[in-house]
Amino acid sequence: MAAFRAFRKRIVPSFKSRIFASSFNSRSISTLVLAEHEGGAIKPQSVSAVKAASSLSDENSISLLLAGSGPALHEAAANAASCDPSVSQVLVADSEKFSHHLAEPWARLIHLVQQKGGYSHVITASGSFGKNILPRAAALLDVSPITDVIEISDSHLFVRPIYAGNALCTVRYTGAGPCLLSIRSTSFPVSPIWADSKSNEAPISQVDLSTFGEDSVGKSRYVKHTSQDTERPDLGNARVVVTGGRALKSAENFKMIEKLAEKLGAAVGATRAAVDAGYVPNELQVGQTGKIVAPELYLAFGVSGAIQHLAGMRDSKYIVAVNKDADAPIFQVADYGLVGDIFEVIPELLEKLPEKK
Amino acid sequence: MKIMVSLKRVVDYAVKIRVKPDKSGVETQNVKMSMNPFCEIALEEALRIKESGMASEVVAVSMGLKQCVDTLRTGLAMGADRGIHVETDGPLYPLSVAKLLRALVKVEKPGLLILGKQAIDDDCNQTGQMVAGLLNWPQGTFASKVVLDKEKQVVTVDREVDGGLETLCLDLPAVITTDLRLNQPRYATLPNIMKAKSKVIKKYTPQDLNVELKSDIEQVQVTEPPKRKAGVLVSSVDELIDKLKNEAHVI
Repeated sequence: MAAFRAFRKRIVPSFKSRIFASSFNSRSISTLVLAEHEGGAIKPQSVSAVKAASSLSDENSISLLLAGSGPALHEAAANAASCDPSVSQVLVADSEKFSHHLAEPWARLIHLVQQKGGYSHVITASGSFGKNILPRAAALLDVSPITDVIEISDSHLFVRPIYAGNALCTVRYTGAGPCLLSIRSTSFPVSPIWADSKSNEAPISQVDLSTFGEDSVGKSRYVKHTSQDTERPDLGNARVVVTGGRALKSAENFKMIEKLAEKLGAAVGATRAAVDAGYVPNELQVGQTGKIVAPELYLAFGVSGAIQHLAGMRDSKYIVAVNKDADAPIFQVADYGLVGDIFEVIPELLEKLPEKK
Repeated sequence: MKIMVSLKRVVDYAVKIRVKPDKSGVETQNVKMSMNPFCEIALEEALRIKESGMASEVVAVSMGLKQCVDTLRTGLAMGADRGIHVETDGPLYPLSVAKLLRALVKVEKPGLLILGKQAIDDDCNQTGQMVAGLLNWPQGTFASKVVLDKEKQVVTVDREVDGGLETLCLDLPAVITTDLRLNQPRYATLPNIMKAKSKVIKKYTPQDLNVELKSDIEQVQVTEPPKRKAGVLVSSVDELIDKLKNEAHVI
C-alpha cells in the first residue's frame, strides 16, 4: 500500500504537469527581449537572451526592444535586426528619457509595450541592467519575475540556482499574465560569429510613446558614470579568467595576476577579500554578489574558495587552483590543483607559458 | 523623517546547506539562522543616517514565521528604534513581500525605505525594485554610497553596475537597496542586546494589512547541483602547463 502511494505520488504530479504544460503550449508563444546596447551594437548578453527566448518553443515570435536616443540607438537597432535569425521584429523607443537606462522609464516602457503586444514572455539578461528594471516592470504588471534562469525546461518550467548556487530550484510559472525572466547569459552561450551573420533582416518599428505614463519618470536623474578603462576582455564573456585573492597581499603584487592575464589573453577577476583590501576595483569581483563567470579556463591564485566565491565560477569548464594550503576548499572544485607558493608559481608560469595565439 | 528597513531571516551565510532527500527544499531545521548580510548593511546605513541627524526614527520590519522576531531583536540591538513583524506561516515570494511592504509604508509613511539588494537564500534580487514600482517611488539599487540632502529632499546614490559605478539623484521618498561595499555593519553590544528586549515589536497579519498572499510561481523541486568530477593535484608548473595544453586543450 505504501509503495502504491509512493508510486501515485510520483505519477500524479507529472501527469498534472503535463496537462498544465499542454494547455500552456496551446497558447501561442511570443517573446519580448529587452536588449542593452552600447556604441551602436547590442551587447553579447542580450544576444544570449535571444538565444534563451528561441529555446522556449519552436514557434516563437521574438521581438527585441531597444531604447535610448540619438544615432547610436538606430545603429544598434540595425545591428539587432540581424543579430539572430530568430528575431522577427525590432522595436525602438527613441526618447531622451531612455538615454541612461533608468528603471523608472524603462519599467513604464515595458508595461506599455506589453499591453500593446500581449507577449507571453519577457526576457532579459540578468546583468545589473536586467536585475534593476525587470522586477519593477513585473510589479507594474502584477506578476512574479524569475531571476537568473540557467535552464528552460518548457515554456513555463525553469531552473535557477539558489543558496549561492549550492542548490538548483525548478520553478513553474502558473500566472495568467506574462512570464518575466532574467537569464544567466553564461548558460545560453552564443557563437562568436553572430556579428557577421546577415542572413536575416528583421523589420524595425518605432514604439508609439504618446500614451507613455509620466508618473514616476523624472523622480530619478542620472548624474554620472565612472568606469574602469581596460583593454583586457570583458570579465563576463572572457574565454580565460585569472583571479587573485587575499594572498596577493598588495595591489602591487596583484600586477602579477594582470601580467599573467595579458599573456593568456584573459580577463582579471578577484575575490571579495582582494577587492575590500583595495587591490583592485569592485567590478572585478567574482562571486554571489559580483560577476558570475563560466569561462573555458579559470585560474585561481591564492583563493581559498569560500561558498560565495564558488557561486560565481563553479560552472567554468576547467578550474585551476594554486594555493599554499592543501586543505583550501578551492581544491575540491579544481580540475588541476597545485599546492605551492603563488609568489614562486606565478613567475614560473609567466616564464614557461607559451605566448598567446 | 522616518526610515523603514526590511530585514530577512535566512540560513547563516557560513552554513553549508543540505538539500532535503525528498527534493522539497533545503534543510532548515536545526540550522543556524541569521539576519541576511545585505539587510545588516541596510540597517547600518539607516542607523548612520539617523546618527547624522537626518532621520528621526528607524523602523525595522520583518515578515514570515514567528522566529523572525529573533531577527528583529538583533536589529533592535544594533540600534533600530522599534520593530514590526508581519506573521505568516508559509513561504513568501518577493511579490507578496513587496505588497506587504507597500501596505506598511502607507501606515508608517517613511521618507526612505532601505533593503538589502538580495537575500542569500533565494538569491532573487527583486523585492526592493518591486516595492518601488508598486509605490511609484524612484529606486536606487545596488548602492555603494548614499548621500541624503534633507533641504532639497533628494538622495544621491552611487550604484555598482556592470561596467563601474553610476551616480543617480532621486527625489524623496525613495527606495534604496544596498550592496556589500556600502558600509561595515556594527555588532550589537551586550547592553544594547539587553535594551532591545524592552523595545516594541508590533505584530500584523497579512489580513490586517489587506494583502492577499497568493503566488503565481510554484516550487517544483530543489536538487543538488551536478558534482564536478574529481580533479588531480599536479606537482609542478611544468606538469600543470602540460595538462592544460595536452589534456584540457585550453592554452
